[in-house]
Formats: sequence, C-alpha cells, structure tokens
Amino acid sequence: MIEFTMPSLGADMADGTLVEWLKKPGDQVKRGDIIATVETQKGLIDIEVFDEGTIEKLMIDEDTKVPVGTLMALINPEKKIESQKAIPDITEEPVIQPTEEKAIPAFLTENIHIKASPLARKIAAENNIDLLQINGSGENGAITRKDVEGAIEQGKLVQGKEKSSIVAEPIKEQNISNPVRSAVAAAMSRSNREIPHYYLEKKIDLKKALAWMYGKNKELPVQKRLLPAALLIKAVASSLKVVPELNAVWDTDLQLKTEINIGFVVSLRNGGIIVPAIHAADLKSVDEIMENLNDIIPRARALRLRSSELSDSTITITSIGDGGADLVYGIIYPPQVAIIGFGSISEQAFAENGLLGVRPMVRVSLAGDHRASDGLTGSRFLVALNNHLQNPEAL
Amino acid sequence: MIREELEKIIFQLLKKIAPETEPSGLSPTENIREALGIDSYDFLQFIIALDEKLKIEIPEEDYGKITNLNSLTDYLINKQK
Repeated sequence: MIEFTMPSLGADMADGTLVEWLKKPGDQVKRGDIIATVETQKGLIDIEVFDEGTIEKLMIDEDTKVPVGTLMALINPEKKIESQKAIPDITEEPVIQPTEEKAIPAFLTENIHIKASPLARKIAAENNIDLLQINGSGENGAITRKDVEGAIEQGKLVQGKEKSSIVAEPIKEQNISNPVRSAVAAAMSRSNREIPHYYLEKKIDLKKALAWMYGKNKELPVQKRLLPAALLIKAVASSLKVVPELNAVWDTDLQLKTEINIGFVVSLRNGGIIVPAIHAADLKSVDEIMENLNDIIPRARALRLRSSELSDSTITITSIGDGGADLVYGIIYPPQVAIIGFGSISEQAFAENGLLGVRPMVRVSLAGDHRASDGLTGSRFLVALNNHLQNPEAL
Repeated sequence: MIREELEKIIFQLLKKIAPETEPSGLSPTENIREALGIDSYDFLQFIIALDEKLKIEIPEEDYGKITNLNSLTDYLINKQK
C-alpha cells in the first residue's frame, strides 16, 4: 500500500489545512492527478499524487490542519483491470447520487460534511458564518460564494465566537493579515541562518539576445510575444547543463538534480513573493517557457498553484525587470544551493575591441551556497550564461 | 474614438491589471508603469488587452512612445486614423 502524506511545499511550510478531497475511496488515480486542495500560507494549493493506483482510504477529515509528513490517504498500487467493475460493488449507491457524501466511509467524517466551494468556506470562516445554516445553490446543493455573500448581506447568520466544527479554522499564523509575508520571512531567515552565501557578478551584453527576441516578436501575434524573462530562464537552464553542481539541493551533503526546474520569483501586488517552478526548462523552447509563464504567473498571483510547482524547483531566478534596480543579490531558497539575480536591462557604455559603444546590458548576480560549491564553479556558470546569451538562436 | 472615450478604456484595462490602484488619478505626463507598479509581464497583458479591445496592435519598438497617458492616447488616436 502506498502512503500518501502531506507534502512539503517548501522549506517554510510546517503544515497545511486540508480543504477538500477531490478523490474518494475507489477512485483511480495516476501520476499528476489532483487529489486534494490544501490551504497554505501560499494560498489554496492543488495537491498532486505521484503514484498510480486506487484510493483505498482517506485518513484525514476536511478542514483539518495537518503537519507536513502526516499520513493522509492510502493508495492501492495494484492495477486491477477488473477494478472498474469492482467499484460499483464497493459503493452500492450510484456515484451520481446527489447525497454522495454518504458513500464516504464513516471513519472519515465524524462531523456532518457540508459541500461548499473552498472560496465559500474561506469567506464563511472569515465572517463567522455557520455553513450549516445556508442552503447551497450550486451543483449537488454545494454552497457557493454567492450563497455565503447573500447570507452575509442578510446579516442574520453572523454568529458569535461559537463555531461549529464545519467552519474552516482560519490558519493561525503570527501575521494573519499576510501569510505570504510570514512564509517568506521563515524561509529567508532559515537561509540566512544556515547557508554561507558567496556572491559573484557579471555584466552581460544583451544586444544579440534582444535583437533575436525582437525579430521573433515581429512575427508572433501579440498574445504570444516573448519577454526577456523567458530568454533568461532558458539561458540559465542551458548553462546549468554545463555547470550541474548548481542545480542541486543541500541536505547534509550535495545532491545533484537531474531535472532542471527553475523557480521564478513572482511578486504579488500586495507584497510578498511566490516562486513557482518552470519544470524541465532545459527541454523547453523559449516559446514554450513563455507559454509556461503566461499560465503560471496569473495563477501564482491568484495563489492557485499546484503542489509540484511549489516544491520542485532546483534553482531560483529573480529578475528586477525594466526601470528598476541595476542589480539584485538574492538569498538562496533552501534546500537549493544557488540563486541567480538579474538587474534591470539598461543601455550602458560598452567597450569591445578597443571601441566604445552603447549596448543593452544586464548585471547578473549569482549567490551560491559555499558548503555546496566554490566561487570558481559560480564563475564558470556566469561565463556559460554569457556564452549562451551571445548565441540566442542556439538556445 | 475621441480622447475621453479612449482614456476611459485605458483606465478600465489598467484597473483590471492593477486592481488596487486608481488609474483615473494618473496625471497626463506621469509614467504609467512606475505610477501603478506595472511590471514587464503586466505591461504585456495591457498591450494584449488594448489589441483585443481596440484592434490596435502596438509593435514592441513603440513601447517607448506610450509611457504616459498623453503619449498613449495620442499614439492610439494616430493609429486609429
């Protein structure tokens, strides 16, 4: 039997609140399927499974705060072909039954289970609304945001502190007003405490890279236009193939990673950052990376990421963007061993072959974990990065 | 389309991108991106939104010509002709 446990979605995560199971006993799952949604400091996260099999048992009630590593479900790995026939035998009631909750074994829910969207639960919890007293208008009688908002407007359901166990407990953090801030604080404090950083910098001429990008953008519809960030991500991924020591994690010793998953820092409009992973960036084209960014940035800002996007990064890139600071020195996100910082791209005087010219330049910094690598390794990486950016068509 | 109508559309689109800001409070010569804290990604979303709403495609080399409200509306009026 495979044990499905609460995954760690970053060095800063101690627990998460199970909001909703999206699979039930008897359901078949395969790698990448979303099994549950979990509320964390980084928002409502879709939790994926990494095994194939049939859900045997769900061990945790919804609306429960669960520490990382806790057993949440059992998955039977046997691929039984007859399982499709078997499922109706197990649950006698047809699956489409509106009151399907009854099919969930009793050990699961001692409390009465109420169908409500995560957003509805959140709003209800924030406003001290008892979901028991609301009639859902959604699918199968599920309570929707509208229902809760309607109830708030009517004002009649606002209760005192008395809380039924169905109301999601708000996650108690030191700073409840901005949980993302707390998450950043925890991870960065740990990094600063544990990781002996070394820093390197290189100025890189982006004339060729940007000319190549502008050329491509002229042919692309406006929706598919590339941003320099896509190019920089790809160049970093390609350079990591030359210097694989920086694509790694430190866990008592250096563990190199074969997949190159680039964490890309996304700023949230109300403060704080979130770092989703661009998976296998070395195997993607620049256009594919841009597509990935177009998908992931809005979801990161809405705090709606998948678990693998939060936990799989093997290195981080932070980019200031145009008009901002010339250079950024990053702080490594543990357990990673390096972070690459790109300052804003600006026109600078540039000398080449005894001649002075003006070029779009970027100052690139590398912060490395000195337990895991040395300055020479970092320097090799920055040289490789420069070389890749001088040959953009080969990226 | 007259200037006022264009400005109204610009404000609506900017508000969508930076919901916590008040684009209609922008002064005519203020740098839009700096004033509203719009990064390269959001700016591209704004260009896409203008293209979809007004059917005006702004090429990348013209980004420098549309930094404030005055220059942006002038640019769009010109392009409509």
